[in-house]
Amino acid sequence: MNIVAPVKREMHVVHSRGDKVFRGIVTAGALTSLVILGLIGSFLFARGAQVFSQYGLKFITGTNWSSSLDEGIPSEFGMGPMLVGTIIVSAIALLFAVPMSIAGALYIEFYATGRLRKILSGLLDLAAAIPSLIFGLWGIQVFTNFGQNWAEFLANRLGWFPLFNTISDNYGRSPFVAGCVLASMVVPITTSVAREVYSRTPRELIDTCYALGGSKWGAIKTVVLPFGKSGVVGGAMLGLGRALGETVAVYLVLNLNFRYTFRILESEGGNVASLIATRFGESSSEELTALVAAGFVLFLLTLTVNMIASAIVTRTTRK
Amino acid sequence: MSEFTIPQPTRPWDRKRSEVVRSGVSLAIVGLLSFAIVLFTGFSGVDGWALCILLLCVAVLIYRGRKLSKKERGNATVQLVITAAAILAFAPWLSIFGSVLVKGIVGLKVNFVTSDMRTTVPDDDLSMGGALHAILGSLLMVLMATIITLPLGILSGVYLTEIKGRFTFLVRFVIQSMSGVPSIVAGLFVFTTYVSATHGPTALGGSLALGILMLPTVARTAEEVLKLVPDDLRSASLALGARQWRTTLMVVLPTVRSGLITAGILGVARVIGETAPLLLTAGSSTAFWFNPVKGPIASLPIYVFGMLQIGTEYAVNRAWTGALVLMLAVFALFFTARKLGGKDKR
Repeated sequence: MNIVAPVKREMHVVHSRGDKVFRGIVTAGALTSLVILGLIGSFLFARGAQVFSQYGLKFITGTNWSSSLDEGIPSEFGMGPMLVGTIIVSAIALLFAVPMSIAGALYIEFYATGRLRKILSGLLDLAAAIPSLIFGLWGIQVFTNFGQNWAEFLANRLGWFPLFNTISDNYGRSPFVAGCVLASMVVPITTSVAREVYSRTPRELIDTCYALGGSKWGAIKTVVLPFGKSGVVGGAMLGLGRALGETVAVYLVLNLNFRYTFRILESEGGNVASLIATRFGESSSEELTALVAAGFVLFLLTLTVNMIASAIVTRTTRK
Repeated sequence: MSEFTIPQPTRPWDRKRSEVVRSGVSLAIVGLLSFAIVLFTGFSGVDGWALCILLLCVAVLIYRGRKLSKKERGNATVQLVITAAAILAFAPWLSIFGSVLVKGIVGLKVNFVTSDMRTTVPDDDLSMGGALHAILGSLLMVLMATIITLPLGILSGVYLTEIKGRFTFLVRFVIQSMSGVPSIVAGLFVFTTYVSATHGPTALGGSLALGILMLPTVARTAEEVLKLVPDDLRSASLALGARQWRTTLMVVLPTVRSGLITAGILGVARVIGETAPLLLTAGSSTAFWFNPVKGPIASLPIYVFGMLQIGTEYAVNRAWTGALVLMLAVFALFFTARKLGGKDKR
């Protein structure tokens, strides 16, 4: 006898007029986010286009940002040092944040027990909700005192290393300190993504590891970490997106200076978002155009990073 | 009748209670010992103390490790490394909560929430002036942003869960990427399109910028809660002859009402502390006037930011108090959202 498995019936839906209207409204509502994103990009580009056509690539690589109200002296806008500064600060932040996040996520998932585990995961959720302004306030008023000492220590002991080189002994408000503050902002994001992925590790695999006589570290090393790898990368990229675009926290902590600098321990650095916040209030219309153009560059940068990040995170958490 | 309990999966990696107690006790001893060392030697400060504890732990590990097998030694080493790094990760947040509480409570007097800065300069005594105008301004802008954003967010959620049309992937992707738009870029956008074209910074400008930042959070949370609605409910409603729009409006949405409110609350919590966009779009003032489309308006984040820029002792005190109020507001919103969010699942 042949047993035929029942096939799912094909269903054709004919929507009534009311449903068509409803679906139209909902689709339009859902597409507003697309429209807004498109508008942001196109408006910023349109307003900044003049600067892009006038300076071309020099806007990205140029080192001088001077606005003059005098007709005789031309203004000059190049955001190179700011862009490099943004990348330096974000890189420092990620350098600290990623290992800390992996450790934090592993600790919550596998080391903390009972009540401590609950408290820590609650703390993690709360930390993700702290406004960046408060991170900035804490950074400049509390953390700088510590960060300064650490920077001084690094400069004195490891000054031979090119990055730790200093020529003045002013260590507060440096890219290093700003990077640390950003790291503490990025950690909640990356940790929650990492934890989410780690908690999805198949139990059979962990159990198998234990059954074969593996230790806890063995299980983590051979099962949990490889399983969560792409999730952690995605979480780190999300954190990078936040670090690149962060304004107030960096603005409050970092001493903005228009010069290429790779001496991260010293009290000067660059940041695109802070540049916009700093110059915005007192800018001429010409400089304002340049600031909008800088905003467009920042928008493209963070959008790219975020798109990659969300693609990775969606792919890994959907399974 | 006997009760059956479904066996819960155990966590074989959890440490035994005796182990936890033992490591706790030894950590306490090490901590005290390091405290003594900090008192008498060159290490100083909280960070010096922490470093001292870590070094002592490493010493203990090396000493004990001689007797252990290779596997146990590896385990213990990794445990120390992970614990230390995790403490380093959690410490800043504790420090933030602590310092905001300690430094903010100094200026938290009744007048802080009942008076504004109309007749007070930041350097006046803390018993004069307050942030009422900033609180009201923040509330107004956040309320307006919610009114604009919540419907759009819910529509996006409904699209992703009920209609599942051909843009599903695109909409989800755009919402994801939109959550990464830097806040200052949102401010810049509203500035170039709205603020510079009208009379300068206003509450409406501020709330538009906040709305852009809020939308992804609301949409994503709405999608998550709508996913919780059982398909049976939809099928039952459709089987009774209701059209899709009636099913959605009268069955699906009411089922997750508190979840949708949660989405709104989380959105508010996301933007209430945003500073950068308000710098560009809402400006600041010393008193509150209810006029959303005319004149700059103060807000709590800008109040904190401005006071911090002034930098004198009393001004900084005011900034910390503002930060405390802000943080309490965020946490209150957060806990409300959690309470409500738990309701639908039951």
